[in-house]
Amino acid sequence: MAYSDKVIDHYSNPRNVGSLAKDDPSVGTGVVGAPECGDVMKLQIRVGAGGVIEEAKFKTFGCGSAIASSSLATEWVRGKTLEEAALIRNTDIVQELNLPPIKIHCSVLAEDAIRAALADYKAKQDKLTA
Amino acid sequence: MAVQLPLYLDNHATTRCDPRVVAAMLPYFSENYGNAASKTHVFGRIAEEAVDKARRQLASLIGATTDKEIVFTSGATESDNLAIKGVAHMYRDKGDHLITLATEHKAVLDSHHALEREGFRTTFLGVKPDGLVDLDELKAAMTDQTILVSVMAVNNEIGVVQPLAEIGKICKERGVLFFCDAAQAVGKIPLNVEELGIDILAFTAHKMYGPKGIGALWVRRKAPRVRLEPLLHGGGHERGLRSGTLAVPMIVAFGEAAALAQSEMPNESKRILALRTRLYQGLQAKLEHIHLNGSWEHRAPGSLNVSFAYVEGESLLMGISDIAVSSGSACTSASLEPSYVLKALGVGDELAHTSIRFGIGRFNTEEDIDYTIGRVVEVVNRLRDMSPLWEMVQEGIDLSTVSWTGH
Repeated sequence: MAYSDKVIDHYSNPRNVGSLAKDDPSVGTGVVGAPECGDVMKLQIRVGAGGVIEEAKFKTFGCGSAIASSSLATEWVRGKTLEEAALIRNTDIVQELNLPPIKIHCSVLAEDAIRAALADYKAKQDKLTA
Repeated sequence: MAVQLPLYLDNHATTRCDPRVVAAMLPYFSENYGNAASKTHVFGRIAEEAVDKARRQLASLIGATTDKEIVFTSGATESDNLAIKGVAHMYRDKGDHLITLATEHKAVLDSHHALEREGFRTTFLGVKPDGLVDLDELKAAMTDQTILVSVMAVNNEIGVVQPLAEIGKICKERGVLFFCDAAQAVGKIPLNVEELGIDILAFTAHKMYGPKGIGALWVRRKAPRVRLEPLLHGGGHERGLRSGTLAVPMIVAFGEAAALAQSEMPNESKRILALRTRLYQGLQAKLEHIHLNGSWEHRAPGSLNVSFAYVEGESLLMGISDIAVSSGSACTSASLEPSYVLKALGVGDELAHTSIRFGIGRFNTEEDIDYTIGRVVEVVNRLRDMSPLWEMVQEGIDLSTVSWTGH
């Protein structure tokens, strides 16, 4: 498997590895994938005033492309509003990281992780305002 | 001695050609270039003598009584095909049933699949959690229609050694032919076809420090006399079993590799076993949650297959990119399916994805092993620090109770 320089860079120097307090109401957590499929991503966002994502963290079990896709996703959601973050598509990740066809599922998983984190945050907020 | 990078620890895939083997074969390209079938002139006779010598060297290594029983092929894949299809087609009047293991090499499995499309039936036996065949299951699977049992000597992924002598005895009692794919075994472990009761044996040069592209099939001539229908038709070379001009330089090299293996095996296998033990103990001492795949006791000296839980195999390979090893992870295969061998052992998919195969060989040193331990430990720890599974386990979460969103 020949990796693109960008995948190697994200794998070697992953951005925003770590965890946020998942019970914090300003934090949204998305966990997608399954161990038996060979990849699990956890992506977390902290949303500040005005609905802007101030911080994002990830942890990923998976191949280099999966690690790179989630690392890139945390970079991209930071500074975006929830609505803007929801517009990130897996095809953007494929293009940015130059992923081969066999690795497209890694980008799909990263998109799913973003959506899951956004949905978790919204569910928490809905509960608070209910 | 400093470690030479990149470091080769993938000796199941292939081995480096021994410089002594290369030296032996070179004169047969440009000086002694005759066709071994040209019996009318000196060029041909020199080539024929060289081939005969190689036959004796191979026969001696596997304990064959005569060198007439060796058939040269292009490699173990061809040898496997010739043995399995050759027996099936020759003995189809006697029966239509074959038995093999689910953990065999693809060349063996797919030869059976091809025969099934012709109407033959195959029983693919499962294995025990240690990777070994259950002999009672083998006995139970035999019928009066069974014509061939195919069981490998050493598994190419996990390195376990099957109980060949017992299988040979069972086959003899039932009058069924026993074929053994010994590509990973010949030259690595003592293997004597007479003592083990093997009827047909496949092996190849490039797994034992010889060149790629040359293999052999040993076919028993007496008690019983095994007959095969050839795959290739033509000039009737190799007693009609494999037509085609003999690859004399490669055959000379194969013979030399066999002679070296035979003389060096007693010391070499001890040295390599010590390296494998050092590797496994070194990893065990520094990492928790690692799992050995396959029997420790019944295992070829240079083989080690370990799962590093919570770290996906391909990402581990990427981190230790200066060390050549391979993984049972789906991500390293074109099919995106994890290893069928590990699956047959009952290793769960989540652990199969984290497996690494280490293959230690003739040219590896203690320094290589120590370097590998250091690099693997460093990268496994780094990847576990960014693994959500590792984090959950540290928090005391039982991963089997989590509802995952598979894709």
